[in-house]
Amino acid sequence: MTETPAILVTDLVKDYGDVRAVDGIGFTVAPGEVVGLLGGNGAGKTTTISMLLGLLLPTAGRIEVLGGDMTGGARFAVLPRMNFASPYVNLPYRLTVFQNLKVYGLLYGIKGIDARIRGLARDLDLEPFLKTPARKLSSGQKTRVTLAKALLNEPEVLLLDEPTASLDPDTGDFVRAYLETYARESGCAILLASHNMQEVERLCGRIMIMKRGRIHAEGSPADLARRFGRASLEEIFLDIARAPSEAAS
Amino acid sequence: MIEHVTRVAQSRFAGHRVWAIMLRHLYVMRTSWPRILEMAYWPTVQMLVWGFASQFFREHSSWVAQAGGVLIGAVLLWEVMFRANLGFSLSFLEEMWARNLGQLYLTPLRPHEHIAALTAMSLIRTTIGLTPPSLLAIALYSFNIYDLGLPLLAFFANLMIAGWCVGLFTAALVLRFGLGAESLAWVLIFGLAPISGIYYPISVLPEWVQAIAYALPPAYVFEGMRAVMFDHVFRWDLFGAALGLNALYFSAFVLFFLWMVRVAREKGLFLNMGE
Repeated sequence: MTETPAILVTDLVKDYGDVRAVDGIGFTVAPGEVVGLLGGNGAGKTTTISMLLGLLLPTAGRIEVLGGDMTGGARFAVLPRMNFASPYVNLPYRLTVFQNLKVYGLLYGIKGIDARIRGLARDLDLEPFLKTPARKLSSGQKTRVTLAKALLNEPEVLLLDEPTASLDPDTGDFVRAYLETYARESGCAILLASHNMQEVERLCGRIMIMKRGRIHAEGSPADLARRFGRASLEEIFLDIARAPSEAAS
Repeated sequence: MIEHVTRVAQSRFAGHRVWAIMLRHLYVMRTSWPRILEMAYWPTVQMLVWGFASQFFREHSSWVAQAGGVLIGAVLLWEVMFRANLGFSLSFLEEMWARNLGQLYLTPLRPHEHIAALTAMSLIRTTIGLTPPSLLAIALYSFNIYDLGLPLLAFFANLMIAGWCVGLFTAALVLRFGLGAESLAWVLIFGLAPISGIYYPISVLPEWVQAIAYALPPAYVFEGMRAVMFDHVFRWDLFGAALGLNALYFSAFVLFFLWMVRVAREKGLFLNMGE
């Protein structure tokens, strides 16, 4: 029997008026797989992730997450089993870390939420800040809170948008190590959009590089290095980014 | 994997999700005394102004003299509708100000649960806002609005729903057009005041304006209030008309709100909430 992909995207298109932000992409992410989504600004990464979350409706194409159609009624059956983290989204600033996590825990219907919050706080080194209002957190602390929020429901699919952006190297390494362990132990499928090439090389078994709404290259880091004749992912990224669109692949 | 999460979170209407949104606002209220003060401040000022006006009119107006508390009752009931609207709109706007709406809508929270939470918060905010002035009216002017008895509950319920209708309409517009439409939350409802017959009977309005007034629920409520205070009768016909119109408008505005959620998902508005 074929295993249901954690994420299955087919011929996905998103138009904003005359602008095509995502142009007929298709890919799968298997359960337990960690896939990197690379691309310059405006490549279509965030638009793709937003459509996967159901926050944005596609113009055309199909998105299935854990076997459920995210553009239709199955979305509410799937949302409890997935989650999202990004340093660019805010949590209510007046609420403490604990209050924020409690509210989101209730939204996901988690029983024993207080114990779950304390467990995550211990794992993510957030215990000293549980009573701190979100507005008083440093960007590193805020990122870890956002990650704790994303892990509250022990998601089977986790979407991450530049999870370590603007973090110092130490905190960035801590977050990457945590994600590495979580992915290995939970079997969660992770789609990671990032500009950090080292992070993607470390965490991802497979990489997709987007440009102007299309996937221009896909494969393992070693596979891509061989194909492009380059030593690092950064060089491959720059090759694609600087090449005329039709020649990039 | 947390198995129970899936089962509980999939239900079409879940009290825990409504409670989650309420808790988020209650946490904010608990730590912000200016917010609580603001809820009661303006209704109290309004009640004081109309209380003194009533004392004056009682001696100079035979109409007010027939029912001394009619103006205070009117202002308190108008504040019910105003606060119901504001309680709904402000709770919605707080998510916009915190840029948190997108985060909420990627959880299993359903739009109708969000609406339920906003109406519940509106009820709490209105109760907090109107309890002090209603008690002060007893102390200062010997006017006890609670003497209206069960009819008060009927008026209160109808005006709350009417306020939610305005709040839903405003929230839907803010969802569609962003915080540029925020000021509607504060001013839109005032457009209804002249045709609601708050301080005067609908019959004083020009005939064509009366037709508009009677197409809206508040006119029936304030006419009903005067019937109780002047004639000591509860007009079931007015109550039924207000309730029927409220059911119609509330359903229509819920659908409008849901439509705007759909438009927001099409246009990517959840990704870029703000001005």
